[in-house]
Amino acid sequence: MATVTLENLRKSYGPTEVIHGVDIDIADGEFIVIVGPSGCGKSTLLRMVAGLERVSAGEVRIDGTRVNDVEPMDRNIAMVFQNYALYPHMSVFENMAYGLKIAGTPKPEIAERVSDAARLLQLEDYLGRRPRELSGGQRQRVAMGRAIVRKPAVFLFDEPLSNLDAKLRVQMRLEIKQLQRRLGVTALYVTHDQVEAMTLADRMVVMNAGVADQIGAPLEVYARPQTAFVAGFIGSPPTNFVAAQLLRPGAPDGARLGVRPEHVRVVSPGEGALQARVMYAEPLGAETLVHLKLADDALFTLRQDGTAPVPEEGAEIGLAWDDDAQMLFGPDDRRLQG
Amino acid sequence: MEKRVTFQGVLLPLLLVLPQIVVTAVFFFYPAGQAIWQSLFIPDPFGLSMRFVGLGNFEFLLSDPYYRASFVTTAIFSSLVTVVSMGVALYLAVLADRLIKGSGTYRTLLIWPYAVAPAVAGVLWLFMFNTRVGVVTWYLGLLGYDWNHVLNEGEAMGLVVVASAWGRISYNFLFFLAGLQAIPKSVIEAAAIDGARFWTRFRTIVFPLLSPTTFFLLVVNVVYAFFETFGVIHTITSGGPQQATTILVYKVFADGFVGQDLGSSAAQSVILLVVVSVLTVIQFKYIERRVHY
Repeated sequence: MATVTLENLRKSYGPTEVIHGVDIDIADGEFIVIVGPSGCGKSTLLRMVAGLERVSAGEVRIDGTRVNDVEPMDRNIAMVFQNYALYPHMSVFENMAYGLKIAGTPKPEIAERVSDAARLLQLEDYLGRRPRELSGGQRQRVAMGRAIVRKPAVFLFDEPLSNLDAKLRVQMRLEIKQLQRRLGVTALYVTHDQVEAMTLADRMVVMNAGVADQIGAPLEVYARPQTAFVAGFIGSPPTNFVAAQLLRPGAPDGARLGVRPEHVRVVSPGEGALQARVMYAEPLGAETLVHLKLADDALFTLRQDGTAPVPEEGAEIGLAWDDDAQMLFGPDDRRLQG
Repeated sequence: MEKRVTFQGVLLPLLLVLPQIVVTAVFFFYPAGQAIWQSLFIPDPFGLSMRFVGLGNFEFLLSDPYYRASFVTTAIFSSLVTVVSMGVALYLAVLADRLIKGSGTYRTLLIWPYAVAPAVAGVLWLFMFNTRVGVVTWYLGLLGYDWNHVLNEGEAMGLVVVASAWGRISYNFLFFLAGLQAIPKSVIEAAAIDGARFWTRFRTIVFPLLSPTTFFLLVVNVVYAFFETFGVIHTITSGGPQQATTILVYKVFADGFVGQDLGSSAAQSVILLVVVSVLTVIQFKYIERRVHY
């Protein structure tokens, strides 16, 4: 159990700075998800916390102690890697016992802790096998088991589910959440999948090009994105953007209005805020996504209930939404009031 | 569906493998057959006639204390060459693997000795350690050490081992480096987080994962030390002093072409043939199966 604090954390490779000062305060037992597109620096951030990358400037503190120059093994952390990083020449048991053995834990205790973890992860029947004899999901569990037997203060997850198929990913997502709840260990989880981020996080950190654009509870971030990037990245399909001057004469140059697809209503042609032509509809059962083209050829998506009538392809329709559903972003992509 | 290319007739495939068959026949089957044939005879001193002696040459060899001593010499020599060349190569490869800047230059320079022919390498080392004008000998002399591999058996062995291992380090280095780079970085990082420091990681993760490479090199280096070090030994010590560096393959030459005892020389070749066959079988059996994982 521990708190983790990142203070003005920066990383440069030579003259190129890739992380431009990130501040995060993580409470004891909190599940933090760092989400962002590839190349945004989220893995680098995690690796700095792990001690696998040198910190260029700023500070990493675990439980209040500065750990910038502390070796990974002395940080009391455990990490689950994207490719699991299991030791291929060791059995499942040996994989999980490795860290304990190095720490000089007595043999009976190792056996007990490994078998506890194996029970928790339903790996009891596989303890004698080598990693290559396991399925992807089982390997994933072994990697988790290796992390939990050591009873670390902080769990670090580096895209642990991205090598699994869709169904297994949903299942493992739940298991990770339950496991973290049960163990109460502080967790830092990196992913590019916003659904994973939304479902797992107590608080999520949305990274964009080396900057933490927004930190907050998932629903809070979803409802009140602070930048156009967050509005566009979180939510599927993403937020629609239109030039603000189109709807609000007098808005600054380059300002944009964002509306989430589910907040848009279909009204008769000529009414509403915007006019659009229906390109095609995607009925998904519970909901239908309607893809539209605006007068200036910009694309627009609306999401409606699966039971609502689907507008015909090629039809001209009006689009309307409530005033408090629209979000105004300034030319610098920051959220403005209104 | 058959994925391999298949031929209808017999003629074309035969034509395609013919060059390989010819090369093998001329340079392997014919000399090997000759060796086996000649090992059963003793020629007279002038080479005018041959007398059939059956396995007499072998009987004589196996009871010859010089031949048995040569076996021991070969065992010592090849183990030393293998251990030295592989040990140094592994050490350098581990360093190069950790290097980020300038690793290209470092690697290129390390590969150069491999391009030096064994006989030339032998001459190079001979110059440095020449008992009268050698640079190293002179420096050793300043330190109060009197180097003389012409008289000292241990020094002679040391010199041929170093000269033989030297060129071999490059070759082993390349394989070790490739092997090290094939180990996923995240596995090493996972071990670091698990608490293993550099040496522990090397012992418990890196070295076991490197074992297929290590085993392959072990066999290849032993074969090298057995057969390809002839040039080095011939230029530096000519098998001396007092046969201290006469390994089996050198004895084949010394007895056959210097001593003119062709029957015995042929019998020794046959024994070497058997030894190398055994090594090859071991190599195929284990390497094809991959060691460890």
